[in-house]
Amino acid sequence: MAEKVSNKKVLFNPLSKDNPVIVQILGICSALAVTAKLEPAIVMGLSVIAVLALANVILSLIRNTIPTNIRIIVQLVVVAGLVVIVNQLLLAYAYNVSKQLSVFIGLIITNCILMGRLEAFAMSNKPWPSFLDGIGNGLGYTIILIIVAFFRELLGCGTLLGIQVIPECFYQHGYQNNGLMILPPMALIVVACIIWVQHSFNKDLQE
Amino acid sequence: MNKQSNTYTIVYITILVIVVGTALAWVATALKPEQSRNANADKMKQILSSVHAPLGDNKQITDLFEKNITGIVINQNGDIQQNEDAFDINVANQIKLNADERKLPVYIYNDDNVGKKYIIPLYGQGLWGSIWGYLALNSDGSTIYGAYFSHQGETPGLGAEIEKSEFQKRFDGKQLFKDSQFRPITVVKAGQHPAGDEDYVDGISGGTITSKGVASMLKNGLLPYKQFLQNLSNN
Repeated sequence: MAEKVSNKKVLFNPLSKDNPVIVQILGICSALAVTAKLEPAIVMGLSVIAVLALANVILSLIRNTIPTNIRIIVQLVVVAGLVVIVNQLLLAYAYNVSKQLSVFIGLIITNCILMGRLEAFAMSNKPWPSFLDGIGNGLGYTIILIIVAFFRELLGCGTLLGIQVIPECFYQHGYQNNGLMILPPMALIVVACIIWVQHSFNKDLQE
Repeated sequence: MNKQSNTYTIVYITILVIVVGTALAWVATALKPEQSRNANADKMKQILSSVHAPLGDNKQITDLFEKNITGIVINQNGDIQQNEDAFDINVANQIKLNADERKLPVYIYNDDNVGKKYIIPLYGQGLWGSIWGYLALNSDGSTIYGAYFSHQGETPGLGAEIEKSEFQKRFDGKQLFKDSQFRPITVVKAGQHPAGDEDYVDGISGGTITSKGVASMLKNGLLPYKQFLQNLSNN
């Protein structure tokens, strides 16, 4: 019974209380780069979930065989391999999105969340909890990406997933898209707003 | 076995690299045909966009392309080069060569409803990376029927607007020849006029360098085709 509760925590804590982006402040760089539009943000999130979950499982399976002094290299090789595979799959089956994401899929390798979870969790836990941990942290990352991209695309372009949502008559009455929203600084400001809201509801996180 | 020994470490990493390498090689080979199909269909889609052709999924695009478009390759004197496939020519590489060595692809679009269109591929530099496009001309070799532009990584909302139809539409109907003189169309800051008498379109506010990139891409890209277009307009 005790194990079940902990598995649940492993999966759900990263969504809010232990969120990799807004609590641990990891992976900020890609949150900034791919969130100008909603669609690439979603694909990026899914790619990170897939890579993180698989890397966690693989590393957890071989964790007892890895020589300690090269463990970071082993982690990197596994992650890099998975990222290249994801990139190849996107090129083959989601060509347009892959064109939009361009280098950022490759840069998942350097995403701090991955190294953090591998080193802190997968290296000392069994495969199943590691898998849940990967899914949980990936989801935590994706949720933030989607929230940020939602506001940036809505206010910056007046669209969501490429579909116009702000009616034409607004523009005729002088409404203008906020070009600042699609520039990188606004990603950080939106992330900061999310952190502010979340921390003000969560007494544990206040210092 | 001592897991911290050098021998173990070296053997371990060797095996790991071989396993990962094999897996990657296998994935890359297995997905290659699908990927090049996508890349080709994407190129066809871009070419067809310049003539406002209806676009669908990859298969429809490929069918439409094969049915309606023939490619020819010319040199700067306007002579057709035999044994060259226009679709395989990489414009980005050709642009680096001397004018007289360049192979110049032209795609001829033939549709019963709109007539014959000549599509010229273009390639240039924007602010952050390369930009490219396709310019479709009427059979008089001067009137622009449609334009398509795309980019590698221009600023979203600013330079990246060149891929929006609002910008591309501005080219429709403009002329490349003025009083039988070759005057490639240019891009200027909104509200301004070019120094010469050539046709122009308004650039993108906030995307000045990208707009200038489009202007010089048009100038450099169209110049080698001068003779070919002249021949068309004389016919």
